[in-house]
Amino acid sequence: MERLRGGFGFAFTLCLAWLLIAFLILPLLIVVPISFTPERYLSLPEGTYSLRHYETVFTDRGWRKGIFDSTVVALGAAALAIVMGTLCAIGLWKLSSRLGETIRILALTPMIVPPIVHALGMYRVWVDYGLIDTYSGLILAHAMKGIPFVVISVSAVLSNFDPRLEQAARSLGAGPLTAMRLTILPNIWPGVLAGGVFAFAISWDEIVVALFLTRRRVDTLPRQIWDGIQDNISPAVAAVGVLLILATILAVLGKMAWDRRMAARARGPA
Amino acid sequence: MSGAALPAAPALPRMDRTQLIVWAMALLPIVVLCVFYFYPLMRVLTISVTEPEFGLGNYRDIFTSSAVRRVVQTTLWICVVSSVVSLFFGYLLAYAIVHAAPSWQSWMLLAVLLSFWVSVLIRTFSWIALLQTRGLVNETLQVIGLIDEPIRFIRNPFGVILGMVHYMIPYAVLPLMANMRTIDTRYVPAARGLGASPFGAFWRVFLPLSLPGLISASILVFIFSIGFYITPALLGGGRSTMVAEYIALQVNETLAWGQGTALASSMLILVFAMLVVLGRIVKFRTMFGAA
Repeated sequence: MERLRGGFGFAFTLCLAWLLIAFLILPLLIVVPISFTPERYLSLPEGTYSLRHYETVFTDRGWRKGIFDSTVVALGAAALAIVMGTLCAIGLWKLSSRLGETIRILALTPMIVPPIVHALGMYRVWVDYGLIDTYSGLILAHAMKGIPFVVISVSAVLSNFDPRLEQAARSLGAGPLTAMRLTILPNIWPGVLAGGVFAFAISWDEIVVALFLTRRRVDTLPRQIWDGIQDNISPAVAAVGVLLILATILAVLGKMAWDRRMAARARGPA
Repeated sequence: MSGAALPAAPALPRMDRTQLIVWAMALLPIVVLCVFYFYPLMRVLTISVTEPEFGLGNYRDIFTSSAVRRVVQTTLWICVVSSVVSLFFGYLLAYAIVHAAPSWQSWMLLAVLLSFWVSVLIRTFSWIALLQTRGLVNETLQVIGLIDEPIRFIRNPFGVILGMVHYMIPYAVLPLMANMRTIDTRYVPAARGLGASPFGAFWRVFLPLSLPGLISASILVFIFSIGFYITPALLGGGRSTMVAEYIALQVNETLAWGQGTALASSMLILVFAMLVVLGRIVKFRTMFGAA
């Protein structure tokens, strides 16, 4: 290990790695100067800075509706995905049969199928169900995409859960549902929460399905951004970008701090 | 269901009820998924063989239409190139992170996670702002006199590949890192101690051990790249249309649902075929952190 880390070869690899990280992060930062431009078109500010594009984002009806609709849809989708994903993960954990593995693969499919494929199918079926351009329609669609992430994160927590705890509750006379509620739920909530955040983020960011299933009545933020890029590359998109990147930084930092706390809790006296 | 740990005989009827509840818990979400997810997928498959008429005509057209063939060819070569590049850089980055000093590790990981989570629309917007003919890069190059005419970075295959690589590197890094962390850190020094060169130790010891991670990352990255829609649509500028964008065009503009769904079904079948291959190499449970 020491030998490896000290070598010239590894120093070179490390340099390349930092270059790659620069490639991943630096291009995104272009949105910061653009968002402060005083002009109406995409440009870098020269001397004068302006907050007009931030003002647009918070006052313009379209952008406000986008933020509102995205929040409603993402909250709804996350809630539904949490319920479905958690039920499924607990069920699978207790089954651990061959059929259970098949069910697990089924529950993970929405994560892997190319979005355009399920967008097409959902469009046709949503027309039949009368769900096109409705909040419930988009919430349902996004919830399906969120379920796998909840299943994964809850399963991860369950794999460290001692099943004897629940058996003890059962042998002390608790019914099966009570035992689960009193022993499993209090112990898996970090996984449920993490899965919920994932599902929220997936929905908040989703564009392909939204393009197919909604028109005007439901108009999420990604749809607004999509229009903003396609029609007349507006600097307001840069302002939204800055806000979204800030939110992402906060979320990732929060997640890292959270993981550290959880790890410390797992190491400490139980 | 581990029967061993259940309470003794008198509890038998209750055990059946428990079984029932557990099955209901596992199956309810599946029923919901069937109604709102798998049924729509089925519809895609059925439309592809029934519209405009019953039969495999739409699939035959995939092979005979020169427009479709061109789109499929473009998609395949762009996917192969961007997957290979993403995997190469992703491997390098994952290797560096896993072996870096712990104090650096968390910063590098933070950067990768940030990039992983930033909205695909915002990253595409950034590339457009940087690389369009009057973008930052072209203006700068012209001001310092390196070029006279702006270079066309985007609205061509290069732009699409750049955008896809930028998006997929984190997708390659994360599974690769998960795999590399399981490799015993004493093997490479042991190989060195036995006389292997630094590169020999990597090539003959570390690389083979990381192969399962590399294969699953390759398949994941390739699956994602096949379905790319946003990046090619915005950075390709209609010049290098890929399958997903072509499907959307077919359905929205020409209302050719049969053709669109046939392509979508082919994509679906290809993805599942690759997943089956993947399933033979790594256990899904371990891959998705449920082990």
